[in-house]
Amino acid sequence: MNLVTISGPPSSGKTAVTIKAAENLMKRGVKVGAVKFDCLHTDDDLAYEKAGIPVKKGLSGSLCPDHYFVSNIEAVTDWGIKEGFDLLVSESAGLCNRCSPYIKEIKAVCVIDNLSGINTPKKIGPMLRMADIVVITKGDIVSQAEREVFAAGVYAVNPGAIIMHINGLTGQGAYEFSTLLYDEKIKIDTLKGRKLRFSMPSALCSYCLGETRIGESYQMGNVRKINLDEKA
Amino acid sequence: MNQQEILRYSPKELLNIYPFLEAFFAGQSWILKLDQQQKLGLLLEQVDEEQQEDYAFDKADFIGQLSDFISQMETFMGKKDKAVETLMVLPGQNKSGEAETFSELIFKTQTITSIVGPTGSGKSRLLADIEWVAQADTPTMRRVLINNEKPDTSWRFSGNKKLVAQLSQNMNFVMDLSVIEFLELHAKSRMVANSDELIRRIIDAANELVGEKFERYMPITSLSGGQSRALMIADTALLSQSPVVLIDEIENAGIDRKKALKILTGEDKIVLMATHDPILALMADQRIVIKNGGIYKVIQTSEAEKAMLAELEKADQKLQLLRMSLRQGEILAE
Ligand SMILES: Nc1nc2c(ncn2[C@@H]2O[C@H](COP(=O)(O)OP(=O)(O)O)[C@@H](O)[C@H]2O)c(=O)[nH]1
Ligand SMILES: [Mg+2]
Repeated sequence: MNLVTISGPPSSGKTAVTIKAAENLMKRGVKVGAVKFDCLHTDDDLAYEKAGIPVKKGLSGSLCPDHYFVSNIEAVTDWGIKEGFDLLVSESAGLCNRCSPYIKEIKAVCVIDNLSGINTPKKIGPMLRMADIVVITKGDIVSQAEREVFAAGVYAVNPGAIIMHINGLTGQGAYEFSTLLYDEKIKIDTLKGRKLRFSMPSALCSYCLGETRIGESYQMGNVRKINLDEKA
Repeated sequence: MNQQEILRYSPKELLNIYPFLEAFFAGQSWILKLDQQQKLGLLLEQVDEEQQEDYAFDKADFIGQLSDFISQMETFMGKKDKAVETLMVLPGQNKSGEAETFSELIFKTQTITSIVGPTGSGKSRLLADIEWVAQADTPTMRRVLINNEKPDTSWRFSGNKKLVAQLSQNMNFVMDLSVIEFLELHAKSRMVANSDELIRRIIDAANELVGEKFERYMPITSLSGGQSRALMIADTALLSQSPVVLIDEIENAGIDRKKALKILTGEDKIVLMATHDPILALMADQRIVIKNGGIYKVIQTSEAEKAMLAELEKADQKLQLLRMSLRQGEILAE
């Protein structure tokens, strides 16, 4: 089975682009499955189902969604293999813009949209910086110049990536993208022993443990204070 | 410069040698806040575990990307790719798997090709084949050659080298910038040195296309539909790196369409235009008829057709004048 992880800010077009690409692959007889990781709520499973793609969803609830992802991706991979998929796509929203739950040697795609502002590529962090493929969506809503400026911003942050423009509504570019997602020669049997491309933060403070009261005396563990004196 | 060499320079020295690194460092700006005089190697040695975690930073990864970026930018700026002069499409098949019957389809710089056919007939697929420089690896099995050769794959994957620029029907900008700031930003992203003169030319060219001129300090979001369109066209003609420009219908509103096409062809672009407007279609040198996902016909615009154009333009002008009088509350007369 092939495994691809897709991440990107909320509403950047991850589901739209994934479904359009999957439709192209399914036409060629490739069996595609999906898993959606989210925090509190998602309707994406319905969208995948409607497209005829078997899907599982995992909600992290009060846990850090990226930690939740890592603790579950192995089991999900086993599920995909058992179901006999040729390709399993894992979609997760980049919720704090810091982490990239990308796994070494597993194809990593970051989806961002042209509307998110020209400084966004700089702000996203490893999720963008460490992706193999960066998909830029919603080019239909902006001008050619804005597309070029945005793509240049992405390029400066991740010069090694393949950068593709895809329209999540019409599917323009999705066929081409789909050819990069699936490779017959790749066979993944398990994720056991694989490593993350990037370590996650080890922050553990009283609020991680359920504290709700505000105030110095309730704060324990790994606490950091904003510097209000620093000149910008 | 290889990875080892990079480490022997300070961030400040690196910026002096490679001004384009500003964009790269901006993503890791805390590094520049460190002592800029120190060699990068030394600086990185001092970055501790906590900082690595805080800034989601990985030293090896950073150095790798920095050296990739430098070498790619050097090739990008140093090597002048041979200009794209012709694009050739070799026949494939339509949606039913029947072979396309044209022998070859050639697009040259400075020429205009119109594309006609009902929605869903395969216009976007043709465009996508060109953009992807298809090599019999898309559903149409078409092949695309650049300057009569099989092109290399960098056209497919690179972020700053795209074959096709698109002027879609969308006429809005979303950035909150003035005309001049917007053009400066675009020029900067393309690493254009001394962009002032070029920017002035773009604004002049855009203003040639519209009745009501706009000023350089106006916010781009406040431009009228026609003005936005004019600015997009002039900017794409003069500042976009893509040799092919696809236009998705130019409405006959507030913009001189003939001049707009002239600006594009004058900048050595290959112009493709999806349109069902006879005036625009006749302005093209050739037209492609698309049917059932395939190229059904390639028609060269004949002298007889061109002769019709003059007539149509006259009728069109008359219609425009009448429209204007109507708007101004006048009585319509011959
Ligand atoms: N105009 C436009 N809308 C898009 C595009 N891609 C996605 N969308 C829309 O953006 C919204 C969010 O897309 P979705 O795939 O759910 O984003 P996700 O949260 O990243 O999975 C949906 O309404 C999509 O229809 C695009 O290329 N152009
Ligand atoms: Mg989604």
